[in-house]
Amino acid sequence: MSEQVTALPDATSHSIPQAPSPVRRRSRLAEKARAIALGAGFPLVLILLWDRAVALTGTRLVPSPRQVAVMMYDFSFGGVYDDAFSATILTHIWKSMTRVYGGFFLAALIGIPLGLMIGRIRVLRQLLDPTINLLRPIPVTAWLPLSMIFFGLGPNAAIFLVFLGAFYPILLNTMFGVRSVDMRLFEAAAMLGCSGPAMFRQIVFPASLPAIFNGLRIAHGFAWILIVVGEMTGVPTGLGSVIMDGRTLSRTDLVVTGMIVIGVCGFVTDRIIVVISNRVLQWSPQHHA
Amino acid sequence: MRNPERPHVVIRGVTKRFQVGDGAVEALGRIDVTIATGAFVCLIGASGCGKSTLLRIVAGFEEPTTGEVLVDAKPVTAPGSDRGMVFQDYALFPWMTVRQNIGFGPRQRQLPRKEVDDIADEFVRLVGLESAANRYPSQLSGGMKQRVAIARVLANNANILLMDEPFGALDALTREQLQRELLQIWSRTRVTVVFVTHSVEEAALLADRVLVMSAGPGRIESDINVDLPRPREVSSPEFNAVRRELARRLTSHMASARARVDELT
Repeated sequence: MSEQVTALPDATSHSIPQAPSPVRRRSRLAEKARAIALGAGFPLVLILLWDRAVALTGTRLVPSPRQVAVMMYDFSFGGVYDDAFSATILTHIWKSMTRVYGGFFLAALIGIPLGLMIGRIRVLRQLLDPTINLLRPIPVTAWLPLSMIFFGLGPNAAIFLVFLGAFYPILLNTMFGVRSVDMRLFEAAAMLGCSGPAMFRQIVFPASLPAIFNGLRIAHGFAWILIVVGEMTGVPTGLGSVIMDGRTLSRTDLVVTGMIVIGVCGFVTDRIIVVISNRVLQWSPQHHA
Repeated sequence: MRNPERPHVVIRGVTKRFQVGDGAVEALGRIDVTIATGAFVCLIGASGCGKSTLLRIVAGFEEPTTGEVLVDAKPVTAPGSDRGMVFQDYALFPWMTVRQNIGFGPRQRQLPRKEVDDIADEFVRLVGLESAANRYPSQLSGGMKQRVAIARVLANNANILLMDEPFGALDALTREQLQRELLQIWSRTRVTVVFVTHSVEEAALLADRVLVMSAGPGRIESDINVDLPRPREVSSPEFNAVRRELARRLTSHMASARARVDELT
């Protein structure tokens, strides 16, 4: 959001060849610092409220922030509880990432080309669109029993569930992207001698990229959401399985720790996607997230 | 008209009907026109007279309902690089830089990379965009975008420029500037230009020949040769005479078209 606001003075300084004044640069820095302070301050307030609420109610069912912090330390470095979870964070993150990105990239690999073709080829759209819209509302969790039958207990079932969750946003956004490409661009390309498969590669794909990236970003969020469900399928490692174990053992500090780690992983990787998409889509003035 | 004896574009018995809901709309009546090689022809008429449709048929984007279009004696069946369309809304590829947009056509012909670059640079220079060659379309002004669109079709060896109200979205100063540049490019490259406009002034300034169209269904009402010397002086009495004559023809056709509609209703 803040980049969008600061982009305005940038655009005007293009047309007026003039160095930005130091005053304006300082105020832009101050604006940025303010945005960070606000964005980071709010979770701190939430933690404070959480701490007060736990202390005031005296509950033993919900861990205090301090207990979670200790658990997080032990989960990361060990030396506090020295149990099965001590200093295992990297293993769990790594295992979960292989499933998140296995499912995510598989969804992108199938969803993007399929979406491009369905968006562009009428007969394919007539053939597949109803089926897609029939399958799409089915919750991923509903697939859990079948996926365990298809893929057995283990990581493949988890990857399949993540794939299902990530597939539809990628497919639908790609289809939408293709459908909303200005017809003139196809005409312009055709008159310049571009046709057939070259049209797909050179026009349909790049013109749809802003929508494709929107789809990828939404799907990527879903992929992290679904990792807990995916790892309910009886895998021994992974952040989702840590949370499931925490539930079984009634260790809510472990549950919350797992939740926070998933949140942070999702946040950091989302930022990476935003950076990549801003780079790839630097031509598109609408697409600076 | 440089080679009046050699026709470049022959439009023969072209009509166009569009299916709209249950009924059909007759967009073009019978159009018969022959355009000479190297001519600068303006199509002028009120909106809805089918001038853009006619241009799109010549471009190969639309098929005529009856009749045919011959370019260099060969019938038009599809868009082709010999006919370069310049759209009012530019239709540049937004993910390509100016140089990449201009090099797009040559790239389709599988030319070696070096040659594509040389052609692109040559046409970047032709339209004076050297300093903006690596910018994206979103970073250009309207006038610059239209220069890129013109260079893009010329770089692809188009020898017919089909221009659909290309300067309609530009401010007056930029429009005058681009009109001058277009005339320079036209006299240098000797391409045939078919230029759709609704501005009498623009037609009088640019054209060798003005085809005045009227609506309902679209047809060519007048075919006027403009033989004012170039460069044309817009304040001269001769220029004003041409402009008045065009305006008179245009409004009388519009009035008679309205009378026809009134009779029908």
